[in-house]
Amino acid sequence: MSDHEQEPREAHPYKWEMVVDLDRCTGCEACVVACHAENNIRISGPEEAAEGRAVNWIRIERYWEGEYPNVKARFMPVLCQHCGNAPCEPVCPVYASYHTPDGLNAQVYNRCIGVRYCGNNCPYTVRQFNWFDPHWDAPLQEQLNPDVTVRQNGIMEKCTFCVQRIRQGKEQAEKEGRRVRDGEVTPACVQSCPTSALVFGDRNDPVSRVAKLAASDRGFHLLEDLGTKPAITYLKRLP
Amino acid sequence: MTNPAPADGPQIPKINRDLLEPLLSTHWSYFLLVGALAGLVAAGAGAWSYQFRTGIGQTNLHPPVFWGVYIASFIFWVGASHSGTFISGVLRLTKAEWRRPVTRIAELMTFISLIIATLFVFYHLGRVWRWYYLIPYPNQREIWPNFRSPLMWDAMAVFTYATASTIYLYLPLIPDFALMRDRIEDWRKPLYRVLSLGWQGTQHQWQVLETAMRIITPLIVMVMVSVHSIVGWDFGVSLVPAWHSTIFAPYFVVGAVHSGVGLVVIGMYILRKVYHLEDYIGQEHFDKMGKLLLLTTLGLAYLYFAELLTIWYGNIPDHMWVVDSLLSGPFAVPFWFMVACVYVIPLLALTLPAFRRRPLGVMVIGVLINIGMYIERVLLIVPPLSYPRLPFNWDTYVPS
Repeated sequence: MSDHEQEPREAHPYKWEMVVDLDRCTGCEACVVACHAENNIRISGPEEAAEGRAVNWIRIERYWEGEYPNVKARFMPVLCQHCGNAPCEPVCPVYASYHTPDGLNAQVYNRCIGVRYCGNNCPYTVRQFNWFDPHWDAPLQEQLNPDVTVRQNGIMEKCTFCVQRIRQGKEQAEKEGRRVRDGEVTPACVQSCPTSALVFGDRNDPVSRVAKLAASDRGFHLLEDLGTKPAITYLKRLP
Repeated sequence: MTNPAPADGPQIPKINRDLLEPLLSTHWSYFLLVGALAGLVAAGAGAWSYQFRTGIGQTNLHPPVFWGVYIASFIFWVGASHSGTFISGVLRLTKAEWRRPVTRIAELMTFISLIIATLFVFYHLGRVWRWYYLIPYPNQREIWPNFRSPLMWDAMAVFTYATASTIYLYLPLIPDFALMRDRIEDWRKPLYRVLSLGWQGTQHQWQVLETAMRIITPLIVMVMVSVHSIVGWDFGVSLVPAWHSTIFAPYFVVGAVHSGVGLVVIGMYILRKVYHLEDYIGQEHFDKMGKLLLLTTLGLAYLYFAELLTIWYGNIPDHMWVVDSLLSGPFAVPFWFMVACVYVIPLLALTLPAFRRRPLGVMVIGVLINIGMYIERVLLIVPPLSYPRLPFNWDTYVPS
């Protein structure tokens, strides 16, 4: 993870961003399942979930709108916002949480010693801690993704924007001497979203879908008054 | 005690006899106490190794509360360590002579509390076997610790404080080591000979020691203020509602002195009883310590009120959730109990001059203050973490 120093500095770096269209989200949680499968997220049993220790890198928050009988359920997928000005980064005493040149908040598992300040300081509470060693009920351990580290007891983890896919896409593009095409790299959650509520891409590419959607007048950022500069733009039509 | 100068007259032999007595004889109860404490340590080591093997989850912590009683204990013990520096440092600076019998107890407590506080950092770490990542050691990847992290400041501050307070404890001990070197004729003699650094009690040596103390005393008072300010900034610089406040640094320093003085009172009482030092630690000392406690009670209450008032009046929802949970929510019982222990009872009791002259009473107040301050440290950490800005996963936490 620390080898970004060796990478050639692109003249026009990528800036990976996501758009979440709340008007399209149905709360089906396909993204949550896809994320679990892609990123080797531990299986939390009912007991762990009841203790509030279920690990999800993306979660669907459900809010109720209106008074009975005119109640509407509203869903909001929340994942790491990959803040441009991330509160989790400066507080880490060992640089386990750091910013990549692509604008990702990376978490270096090897470096993390588990002081958990980042978890406290994240206003979105999307950082997850490994309270125990991970386990998978058989035969789920057979489907672990070989491209993703299995995180041990005692360290923090969180959404990476499927950094393994981003790296693959970048390497492929580099071999062919071009930039990554729009839509070539998709995180697991984006790929699995049946209503295309999630869109991912390079914000520095002015014609990418994500750049166009993020400029929409429906856009807002989660808790943007905190000045964290999130890389995720939420879209919501005002009533 | 720190200054058995030869000019003090005929009472010196008695002082020496009284104070050396515990070093020369051992009562059976001493072994009982050591045995009981060793049992406690063994139980603690067993619990820690269990947590080490299975995971931090054994602490019952869970999101969104990532910090719990380990950090609270760390703050509490760093706070307790301020006893020594405050009592001996500040009072030495202000030339308050009544402090003399209390100084050594207080300095020793500083030293011990800091060791305990450091232990809690290790209990807290998720991967304690990688704790050395916190040290700027040379490594092939040339990775440094992150000096922007308040936790890094904290590690450095506590290390500095521990070093400084060890020196501060040791310097005035040199003449006393020399005294013991001259009077004790067993296996400890060589040890005291090394520790006393060839002290002869000459005029020149006394002058050097006095100068050294004059230099180090103001320095250590500054270190004391900075250490607990930095511990306060661990919270103050974060974005967490009700942590993000400028008052945390001064509040932590005053709170630390409050519990520290309380702890010294307890220590004074126990030593006076066990070693029959009634001649040296008298009622007037408890009276003075009571006045000091009254001062810190008022100071702390002022800061606490200022903090709560501004949050309450500002009524920003993110912050108000936390205050509501304290005043009338799930944390109300420990909160009001804490208010009684830390503010109300000390204030009512210590304003009575007659009460302050009763060692037992002042000691009980010290115990109450320390119980209260420990609860206060937990309440400082847990409720703000329980109410993150997105109300999705609000949850409280009860230590296991």
